[in-house]
Amino acid sequence: MITLLKNGRIYDPAHHKNGVVEDIYIRDGRITGKPAASEKIGQTFDLSGKVVMAGAIDMHSHIGGGKVNIARMMLPEYQQKQAQEIKGLSEPEAHICTPHCSHHATPTATDTGFRYIEMGYTAAFEPAISPVNARQAHLEMGDTPMIDKGGYAMLGNDDYFLRMLAAKKDQKAINDYVAWILHATQAIGIKVVNPGGINAFKFNQRRLDLDENNVHYQVSPREILQTLSRAVHELGIAKPLHVHCNNLGAAGNFATTLDTMSASSGLPMHLTHIQFHSYGTEGDKKFSSAAAQIAEALNKNKHITADVGQILFGQTVTASGDSMMQHLNARHANPKKSVIMDIECDAGCGVLPFKYRDQNYVNALQWAIGLELFLSVEDPWRIFLTTDHPNGAPFTSYPHLIRLLMDKTFRNDAFSKLNLDAQAMSNLTSLDREYSLYEIAIMTRAGAGKLIGLNDRGHLGAGAAADITVYTDQPDREAMFAKPDYVFKNGELVVKNGSVVKVVWGVTHTAKPAFDMGVEKDLKDYFDRYQTMQLDNFKISDDEIASDGHGQVVVHHNSKE
Amino acid sequence: MNNPNHNATLLNATCPACGLLCDDVKLGTSPALTLQNGCTKGIAFFEQAYKSPVQASPMLHGKPADLDSAIHAAAEILSRSKRPLFAGLGTEVLGMRSISSLAKRTDATLDHLHSNATVHNTRTMQHGGWLTTTLAEVKNRADVILAIGTGITDSHPRFFEKLVWNADNLFDKPTPEVIFLGAQNPGTQSLGAQDNPDHTATAPDGTEPTIIPAAITQLPEIINALNALLNGKKPAAGHIAGIATNTLAALADKLKAAKYAVIVWSASALKYPHAELTIQSITQLVNKLNESSRAAGLPLNSGDGDTSVNNVSTWLSGYPTRNRFNHGVPEYDTYHYSTEKQLQECDALLWVSTFNPHLPPETKAPVIVIGHPGTSLGATPDVFIPAGIPGVDHAGQMFRMDSSITLPLKKLRDSSLPSLSEVLGKIEALLPAGVKA
Repeated sequence: MITLLKNGRIYDPAHHKNGVVEDIYIRDGRITGKPAASEKIGQTFDLSGKVVMAGAIDMHSHIGGGKVNIARMMLPEYQQKQAQEIKGLSEPEAHICTPHCSHHATPTATDTGFRYIEMGYTAAFEPAISPVNARQAHLEMGDTPMIDKGGYAMLGNDDYFLRMLAAKKDQKAINDYVAWILHATQAIGIKVVNPGGINAFKFNQRRLDLDENNVHYQVSPREILQTLSRAVHELGIAKPLHVHCNNLGAAGNFATTLDTMSASSGLPMHLTHIQFHSYGTEGDKKFSSAAAQIAEALNKNKHITADVGQILFGQTVTASGDSMMQHLNARHANPKKSVIMDIECDAGCGVLPFKYRDQNYVNALQWAIGLELFLSVEDPWRIFLTTDHPNGAPFTSYPHLIRLLMDKTFRNDAFSKLNLDAQAMSNLTSLDREYSLYEIAIMTRAGAGKLIGLNDRGHLGAGAAADITVYTDQPDREAMFAKPDYVFKNGELVVKNGSVVKVVWGVTHTAKPAFDMGVEKDLKDYFDRYQTMQLDNFKISDDEIASDGHGQVVVHHNSKE
Repeated sequence: MNNPNHNATLLNATCPACGLLCDDVKLGTSPALTLQNGCTKGIAFFEQAYKSPVQASPMLHGKPADLDSAIHAAAEILSRSKRPLFAGLGTEVLGMRSISSLAKRTDATLDHLHSNATVHNTRTMQHGGWLTTTLAEVKNRADVILAIGTGITDSHPRFFEKLVWNADNLFDKPTPEVIFLGAQNPGTQSLGAQDNPDHTATAPDGTEPTIIPAAITQLPEIINALNALLNGKKPAAGHIAGIATNTLAALADKLKAAKYAVIVWSASALKYPHAELTIQSITQLVNKLNESSRAAGLPLNSGDGDTSVNNVSTWLSGYPTRNRFNHGVPEYDTYHYSTEKQLQECDALLWVSTFNPHLPPETKAPVIVIGHPGTSLGATPDVFIPAGIPGVDHAGQMFRMDSSITLPLKKLRDSSLPSLSEVLGKIEALLPAGVKA
């Protein structure tokens, strides 16, 4: 059957289409060229005047795995309060929420899928899968309906890798291990969190700078970043190394962030939730915005991409692999509780609830820093729209964030209500930029799809999966992006007027570069001697992901051109 | 148990008998049942499993019935019920997915059979949080292990063999010093590594553990004293709960001097009201130690898939057990939704116990039992459906005690027993559309 989407205004940056009126044809779940006149059109949607984009892709959102579930488990009172508030909520809540938004930082797996698709998002990527915990992450994502999923496996704090690095194993051996991890964990990218720092915390180090050595292994974060970014590059994985820099959240950390940009010697790297890494030490409170310096460096360093990790005000929870910095920040938890874990000679985690308040100097400035970054980074192909869900704010606040980017008056009004000291320390109102629909489509679709290497997603060209979102053009961009008219997933109409009309199950996107299976010889010995599970059970099979009848593994081949 | 080396074919198994979830177990079944890398609990589990039939008839009111009739009868009971209680919940991940789905459909209350212990841990975590570790960290980093109120080996028999006396570790650390505080029966379990039933927490090199005897009910006082000592306070009393203050001071110093101290406790051992306050005190010890050195807690689980059930329940409903669905909306209450309380309220009981033949509690409400094929029922339930044993009759996924690791359970034998998921899926399919939704 052929479905025709007629006369929509197409925003498809991958094909340089900026609001042109065109028809889209869908056949067997994919976008296809105009069929022969003899072929029958099964159904037609008249999209005259409507805005049409590919389904949005969240390239960084904590949607599954141990620390997400810990966050759910440790905050029953928050969920109960939310449930009460939703009942009486008909108007968008002043700061953040949309009528659909429970503003829920810890949605269940089911709700995660529903809330995403209701906003026109058709894929989300869990950015912090610790390899030993990958099975749980996939089980949770397997219970997440409506959207496609995928994840980045964390390396760089695992003792196996650090031993290799300390022993000066050659790059090929490292590459084989990295590729093996991608296969074993069913991931599409590699992430490093506080390179070397999570491991150093287990040796009682409390901070680790870029050129400071892990006391046990005597290797530095810079060496870890060099080696891993090279491995990712040489393996031909599309997704650049995903880097959560050292010194998250610390005043003055912008210097570390600037230095980190040079650590890959020009190879691609993605710096994630960069807002949390753009802090200076100026002013009476020794906490200031370094967004200008970071944006300038991003504009100059074309090999670096970044997502923002915008904060928005309200109650949320921060769930991070960065046990070192989360332990340090636990005193700021609100309500005051924290779960910190050392995990299996592999990783760590730290989960603390957080309440961002607009009258708090630091929080207000964090809000402004994020927006300063969005508005000062020139190339929308290299900056991505995230709240680091749930760390900066729940993903359900994206429509609000989009309005802040597209509507200067709305933004400046919000700014004028912030803590006055914070206002004095930000140049936000001098930034006149307003994002266009085309730029939003780049950040949330074309750019994200390209960055991750999803060749058939994030665009509307022939052959692409028919993940399509249709909006009514409205001056209130928050209302517009909160409630699409239609969302199509693989060509099927799944959302109508912001509500799910059909439940579907997405796939799991992975990358599986070739490697030398000989790597398992040493790994087997390592597992037998030091780990507490068998090597074979560490690996997740395709069948495990498909076994419930919903899931399916899709492998993306992204050999370098 | 015979010498396993005589067996021609050995099956790789993951043993669900305790939270260590050992996956280095090799099972021989011919001519007799043998277990490599087994332990007392593992042997008992597999012996019980293999004694149980691979074909067992469902029962309706005590009379044999075919599976379809039993499933119809169960669906009938649940469709009539307004407040069903799903209890026991001895299952793994895939089974719990099905339970959760059926519970949402029927507005059921959910409680695991070990919740009495487990909720002390979850409430502690929800109140102030904690800093914890996992098994491989213990194996490679721990230099001091303090076990509070538990001998560990009764519930987790291979703990010392696998994680404490391991010859290899990543950082050339010494064998950890082990201290039992108020432990019941420290080391009375035969561990196999050293055939000395009186001193089985004795390391292979002969090192004895330190044992500080105390009554379980005195632990709150003792742990508070330890907290005071760690905070630099010197209690005036010479003895605290019968223990010389000097002994406790020495223990505090030992913990402070450790590079990576691990404090182990078992919520199921703390059988007194408000035990979560004791666990909070333990987590405070850990927090205090981490101000200057490294230390971590390690809560032992209680078994029957408790860790799996609570994790799955949390990602599907937002809450661990004790929770319920009310008009499809999940609700959470660790006090009111206990099996004990709900037995008085419920109008149907679904009892699930697939790892062990645990019996359902008594109730006047209609009872459906889906359980271990070796279950010998005392009172006759309305419906009994023998189900496959996860990790023996069918594959599965199970969380280890430390939650971070999930391992595949393997199918070890041909069996015609249906899995819990199959049974519940069929029951759910028979429910009237939109029931109570």
